[in-house]
Amino acid sequence: MKNKLLLIFISLIFIIVFILFYKGLQNTNIYTPETKISNKIPSFKGDLFYSDETINSSNFFNSDKFYLLNVWSSWCVPCRKEHTFLMNFKESKKIEVVGINYKDKKINAENFLIELGNPYKKIIFDQEGIIAIEWGAYGVPETFLIKDKVIIKRYIGPLDEKTAKEIKSIIK
Amino acid sequence: MLYSSIGYYALILGLGISLILVYFSIKNFQNSSTLNTRILSFTFLQFFLVVISFACLIISFVLSDFSNETVFNNSHTTKPLFYKIAGTWGNHEGSLLLWLLVLTLFILIFFLKTKNQPLKYKLLTLIFQQIIIIGFFLFLIQTSNPFNFIFPTPEEGMGLNPILQDPALAIHPPILYLGYVGSSIIFSSALAATYLNLVSKVWASHIKKWIIASWVFLTLGILLGSIWAYYELGWGGFWFWDPVENVSLMPWLALTTLLHCIIVLEKKQVLTSWVIILSISTFTLSMCGTFLVRSGILNSVHTFANDPERGLFILVFLFSLIFISLFIFFFFHKSSPNNSNSFFWLSKETSIIINNWFMMYFLSVVLIGTIYPIFLEVLSSQKISVGPPFYHKLIIPFLIPFLMAMAIGPKLKWIKSNIVDKFYLVLFFAISIVLSFLIVKKFSTNLLINTILVSSALYLFFITLRDFFIRKYSNISQNIAHFGFSLLILSILLNNLFSSEIITNLKVGETFTSSKTKIVFKSINQKQEKNYKSIIANFSIENINQKIEDLSPELRIYNQPNIVTSEADIKTTLLSDKFIVINIVQNQDYFNVRYQVKPFMLWIWISVIVISFGGLLSFFKKEHEK
Repeated sequence: MKNKLLLIFISLIFIIVFILFYKGLQNTNIYTPETKISNKIPSFKGDLFYSDETINSSNFFNSDKFYLLNVWSSWCVPCRKEHTFLMNFKESKKIEVVGINYKDKKINAENFLIELGNPYKKIIFDQEGIIAIEWGAYGVPETFLIKDKVIIKRYIGPLDEKTAKEIKSIIK
Repeated sequence: MLYSSIGYYALILGLGISLILVYFSIKNFQNSSTLNTRILSFTFLQFFLVVISFACLIISFVLSDFSNETVFNNSHTTKPLFYKIAGTWGNHEGSLLLWLLVLTLFILIFFLKTKNQPLKYKLLTLIFQQIIIIGFFLFLIQTSNPFNFIFPTPEEGMGLNPILQDPALAIHPPILYLGYVGSSIIFSSALAATYLNLVSKVWASHIKKWIIASWVFLTLGILLGSIWAYYELGWGGFWFWDPVENVSLMPWLALTTLLHCIIVLEKKQVLTSWVIILSISTFTLSMCGTFLVRSGILNSVHTFANDPERGLFILVFLFSLIFISLFIFFFFHKSSPNNSNSFFWLSKETSIIINNWFMMYFLSVVLIGTIYPIFLEVLSSQKISVGPPFYHKLIIPFLIPFLMAMAIGPKLKWIKSNIVDKFYLVLFFAISIVLSFLIVKKFSTNLLINTILVSSALYLFFITLRDFFIRKYSNISQNIAHFGFSLLILSILLNNLFSSEIITNLKVGETFTSSKTKIVFKSINQKQEKNYKSIIANFSIENINQKIEDLSPELRIYNQPNIVTSEADIKTTLLSDKFIVINIVQNQDYFNVRYQVKPFMLWIWISVIVISFGGLLSFFKKEHEK
């Protein structure tokens, strides 16, 4: 009977949903910072902040050095806090700090950098927040440590002394 | 100590009475034509016991009895009395007790108020409702007992999360729960009616009152939450598509659709399947929301505790309810012979069906946006963030035809109709387009889509406005609600288009000047309150037209728990809100200042109130209207 098939079908769907929710309960602690992941960088395309140049994932990173990709925004209060740590990396030869400016107004972002200094070699202007989604960023601030186009380390939330030290020891 | 014990045993007794009630109801259901009066007394007794239990919890909070774990975790002696009381439902355990209180209250009201309905129907509704009540009793007693002892008794409590210490938020949960729990009555009654094959015009006009009442409460509850987010979270927005907001929006969408369907059922005895499925899904979506926010599967302000055991309980309970209702729907529902397929294309029925499908679309967008990230993570350990762009892109384009249908739909007659007043319909359309073009023109971005959007909202606005004056379509409550909706969409659109924002860092005495505004940071005051220290910054803001306004945003440093919150200062006028909020910049004399001008903010709130007022009016509407 048609009705019975439909019932079985719907029941199956609900059972699957149940199982998925059940599994989801097991890994409740979704927000573990510093997740160690050795994943390739995602493919993305975007515009640079200061020039109108379009970049994509294949030409953005070179493989000879470390990159620190920082997702930031002028409206984000913790970003101000972590900015000093990013500035410390500015002079380093081994690592290059690059930024994704997330859902921001250009003028506000510019003021932010004028006020606190600009640690970024390049900034991707991600007004819609799409590139951040491609990176799987939870929000701002978030920082990815990249070598050879592979994400070696990921920091959710602002960088602090401990994490900055850790980054320094990795790039040594 | 004493009150905790009384409260706890009242709960246990309440659970016992549930079982007795189910037993009596089943017996009465099988062999009697008159109501067993004991059922009514027991229902009352159960409600009374839960009231006692709830009162005990309130008393424990008021007396700051820290031997009670819930009080210890969520209260503090220095908290003002109002928030001690509000703190009762500002936490997981207390809020569940409130659920239970409203559940038992509603079934009592249902029993007293329901007349002209078969006894069997009343009893069966009671049984289904008691199943839900038993579930909540067990949940409360097993996993989230509000009356746990701690020994030795601590000297001081942990305090209530300061961002929850707010008048709007103190009444937000009770109002929202009235809506959620009201949907449980709809759920039980729909199942009972399906089982007894009673889904008819008579049933529709009886359950309509419950639907409208829940809908009004749910609407107001969401509004309060949104107002709170606007001025307390300090982001200057009112809707963030946060999962927590979404889970309250989903039942609202289902309930709104149900509200429209029930009107058709009341008049025409069609759309029975729609009504039953929507009645079921409204409540299961509410439960699903409870599951999502309480299990810790999502992170949010409402995640009181990450306790997988609780999550598992609600999950099993939720799916048991789903399967019971699926079973009843499939085996007992007999669809009426005159099905929806036979509608004439231009009729009120068709326009409501169209409305239904739009609503279902919006509902599924929100549902997918909320739960898909969870599923994806389970299946592939991938994490994605679904933010406003997702919802905006999927919802906004469909808003245009939806608004147009909303303008024309109510004008159609039942069964078969012609479009009357064609002249006005076209005229208003032309006016709307021209007007919105003029409004949007100033802002070059996305001229086309914005013009169309604003004009469709304006169109609905004009049409509903005109309908107030011609009393031909005498459905005043519908008219008010639709008018309110057009106002809401208009305000949101204009608010989005014309908002402006300045973010800067200022020291005391400094001035920020832009082409249009001058912000002067005049001075700073400190004040010691009972449970927090506040830093008040005084700004004066000069606009382009030399108008000077003083705004004083505040930072509050709460002592228990030690949290800093920023209280925005908002100057509300009819046309726009001026919103200023400050934050501390770490280790510097600077303050981070966000100044926003948000046009038509007030109208967003007003329009939601107008929408609920429309519902309220139809609640009190006399039966005789056709």
